[in-house]
Amino acid sequence: MEPWLAMAHKHQTAIIMLTTKWLACLSTVHRVGTWATTPPSPLGTRTPRLLTTPPPPMHPALQAATQPYTQAHQPYQQPPGGPGPAQLSPSLAAMSLQSNTPESLRVVNLLQERNLLPPSPTPPPTPCLPQDLQKINCNPEVFRSTLTSIPQTQSLLNKAKMPLGLMLHPFKDLSQLPVVTSSTIVRCRSCRTYINPFVSFLDQRRWKCNLCHRVNDVPEEFMYNPVSRSYGEPHKRPEVQNATIEFIAPSEYMLRPPQPAAYLFVLDVSHNAVETGYLNVFCQSMLENINALPGDSRTKVGFITFDSTIHFYNLQEGLSQPQMLIVSDIEDIFLPTPDSLLVNLNECKELVQDLLKSLPTLFQKTMETQSALGSALQAAFKLLSPTGGRMTIFQTQLPNLGVGALQSREDPNQRASAKDIQHLSPATDFYKKLALDCSGQQVSVDLFLLSSQYCDLASLGCISRYSAGTVYYYPSYHHQRNPALVECFQKDLKRYLTRKIGFEAVMRIRCTKGLSIHTFHGNFFVRSTDLLSLPNVNPDAGFAVQMSIEENLDDLQVVSFQAALLYTSSKGERRIRVHTLCLPVVNSLSDIFAGADVQAISGLLACMAVDRSATASLSDARDAMTNAAIDSLTSYRQSVLTIQQPGLLAPACLRLFPLFILALLKQKAFRTGTSTRLDDRVFAMLQLKYQPLVYSLLMIHPALYRVDDLTDEGALNINERTIPQPRVLQLSVEKLSREAAFLMDAGTVMYLWIGRNCHPNFLSQVLGVPSYAAVPDNLYLLPELDTAESQRTRAFIGWLRDQRPFFPPMHVIREESQLKSTFMQNMIEDRTESALSYYEFLLHLQQQISK
Amino acid sequence: MAFTFAAFCYMLALLLTAALIFFAIWHIIAFDELKTDYKNPIDQCNTLNPLVLPEYLIHFFFCVMFFCAAEWLTLSLNLPLFAYHVWRYMSRPVMSSPGLYDPTTIMNADILAFCQKEGWCKLAFYLLSFFYYLYGMIYVLVSS
Repeated sequence: MEPWLAMAHKHQTAIIMLTTKWLACLSTVHRVGTWATTPPSPLGTRTPRLLTTPPPPMHPALQAATQPYTQAHQPYQQPPGGPGPAQLSPSLAAMSLQSNTPESLRVVNLLQERNLLPPSPTPPPTPCLPQDLQKINCNPEVFRSTLTSIPQTQSLLNKAKMPLGLMLHPFKDLSQLPVVTSSTIVRCRSCRTYINPFVSFLDQRRWKCNLCHRVNDVPEEFMYNPVSRSYGEPHKRPEVQNATIEFIAPSEYMLRPPQPAAYLFVLDVSHNAVETGYLNVFCQSMLENINALPGDSRTKVGFITFDSTIHFYNLQEGLSQPQMLIVSDIEDIFLPTPDSLLVNLNECKELVQDLLKSLPTLFQKTMETQSALGSALQAAFKLLSPTGGRMTIFQTQLPNLGVGALQSREDPNQRASAKDIQHLSPATDFYKKLALDCSGQQVSVDLFLLSSQYCDLASLGCISRYSAGTVYYYPSYHHQRNPALVECFQKDLKRYLTRKIGFEAVMRIRCTKGLSIHTFHGNFFVRSTDLLSLPNVNPDAGFAVQMSIEENLDDLQVVSFQAALLYTSSKGERRIRVHTLCLPVVNSLSDIFAGADVQAISGLLACMAVDRSATASLSDARDAMTNAAIDSLTSYRQSVLTIQQPGLLAPACLRLFPLFILALLKQKAFRTGTSTRLDDRVFAMLQLKYQPLVYSLLMIHPALYRVDDLTDEGALNINERTIPQPRVLQLSVEKLSREAAFLMDAGTVMYLWIGRNCHPNFLSQVLGVPSYAAVPDNLYLLPELDTAESQRTRAFIGWLRDQRPFFPPMHVIREESQLKSTFMQNMIEDRTESALSYYEFLLHLQQQISK
Repeated sequence: MAFTFAAFCYMLALLLTAALIFFAIWHIIAFDELKTDYKNPIDQCNTLNPLVLPEYLIHFFFCVMFFCAAEWLTLSLNLPLFAYHVWRYMSRPVMSSPGLYDPTTIMNADILAFCQKEGWCKLAFYLLSFFYYLYGMIYVLVSS
């Protein structure tokens, strides 16, 4: 951690030095006169710090309380009765921003400062809370707010012109998760909030809920602390010491006995599907991972294949081989046998393995071209509805037979339309209705789309969106023509089959009285105003919510949010995972800006724009995003900025905001003027809503690194491997150079770009080829050579890949490669024939702001 | 007191407006039940959606009746609502069955608030038009 901090400090001073020297890069005429002589921002003589630290302490009594939690300090004196917001000194409000501008409010002139990107990914901003509260606050990777200081009134929030919302990743794989088995789960009597670290204990026997302010009694069993074996200290119990905790739920939390894990696989076996070769990969993967499927002795598994008829497989224990039953009446589908289609995995394992071995060969000679997906889904639903569970669909073409048949709506000539994009909403509500039925029976549907033609993902995707499923998309999947995608599919399938899963789940998000949640984003069904129905919950799903302030939060110092996820684990245990986040309340506009989290704001705006492009139109959504940037910067300029300077001024915490907005406008989901397939666009929109924030940010603004000169300077040492940490570069062709090689990490895919005059050392030692011309065209794997450069490069790429649950395929690109245009489309700061460059966008914003 | 066609129209309108008031009250109660988590959106939409087209058709029937009876003032008062109904039905979400309410979007706070306001406004309009038709009927009966 330390060398990385040092490097960041070094670059901070360098940025400030460069401010007045940046002249040559600009080619357009500036009507704003004096930017060359504008004095650098008033930092004074303080040492530059990371952008995310809270303001320096003002009140001597709070001196220790507000240090950033990365530094050592002496503990805040806790009065007896435990920590709690009631103990906060009233000077919490007084300490904000008197004479010293905190780092996050440092004025940045975006037109002048060129190198705004931090050298490595910024951590989320820390809320401005006292040390003891912040120490136990929820992990920002799990629960994050767009504004880390909540405005006191709705009018103040409206003046700030920034969206208020939360980004959640509740079922994230956590390395440390305290689990509590308790006979009583202590909850508030009126609002049913779980007890959390931010409640206040009035005395040893009563506690005050931090969400509805009701005073509750501490039950007798709670007074005893099993961890420290002491009595009479309820505030030391793990429920009150951890913001993220899991309870084992007693039987009152079950509507029915916990269901067994039930997995049903619905496979497309038309000619097209067999052509792509996915069936081999699937069967192989299932055979390898069959023992790693989450579940216990009751796990059930079943298979259905379909083309123009539906095929069921009788896997009853006792049969010598699996028996295929074909149902051709697709208009009125029925199950041929009442049971033994969904069988217990442990008892019938050999039969299942036999089936998996024989499936690819069974359909090798098929000539069927039609696909009756709707009927297959209905049959699968009938099969799974008694227990609930997970349905996985593999589809390779447009369903064109039976119920739910779809038309090809895409007009290839409209792909590059500069105006509105049509057909972003579903054509039929068959899939939506089926998804709601599935949701009612606790069945979740995941869709793997491996097609090369238009498949109307806008309609098909509804089956996963409302049943809390996932959509995976592999455009133009083919086992021979696209080996990079094959590897990606294999790794994704392995993760999909073996990752943790929760069944028949519901999630409720509660907030302090005065705040209310009005819109939800993600894959689920909203069953009531704050209850989300999630038939399956998986560790890769992210959610976002938007909030509004119904009543003024006048006498509150802090507000809390609690997300409680009640689910059945794959072992049949009913559990509740509770996350609680606490944030301060402020009443001045400058404090709100100081606490703005630009990454969360961009993520939430992306979700809102996806909704807007479905309800209104795509151009509406694009305008709304630009206006969000204009409005917030205008509000900053008018209300917070004391000295009016020329130029486009932004606070340091929002300096990347226009860059992210431009990146969104150029993102596949929202771009116009560049040819984008409709399915690709719809999939990008689905991903923006579904993925947790950190991955969707990589999708929006990829990270570019120079990799031909990796050094061990500033490298991380993890598990005895040295992982170099190159600097993040700006996404501009200016930063590319013919003599180097660059790695672009776009979240779901990676590109390794080799310059024409790249040093032959790099080519031979990392790629194993003697010269540039010898670099193969479709290379997607780095050879494992014994050289130091190869090890460093592979360590770095492996480290990037390890940080995310899905597997991003890597493409090695030369200048003549077909993928070069895709790579160049990610160069956000450059001008294209249909979009502005970053500098032009800034000028456009400035023009709109000064109107 | 002559019993003209216009008087008959007003009488029929009076009776049917009672039905429309009932629909408006049903809508208000339904959305309130949704807001207070009393009912499931899927069930609630399944009860509300079949009522939408009958309400719109009854109101259309009024407009036709008043057109035939040459009651231009009454017709002009009803035409804005008719235009609103047409717009509302044209911009409904994609649905195979008749109706306006989609269970997946109805729980969004802005849509829910809009529907509640719509319910109250319609109730006020139908109540006012009930009394207007009553007055109109007596006027027509008396003044001919």
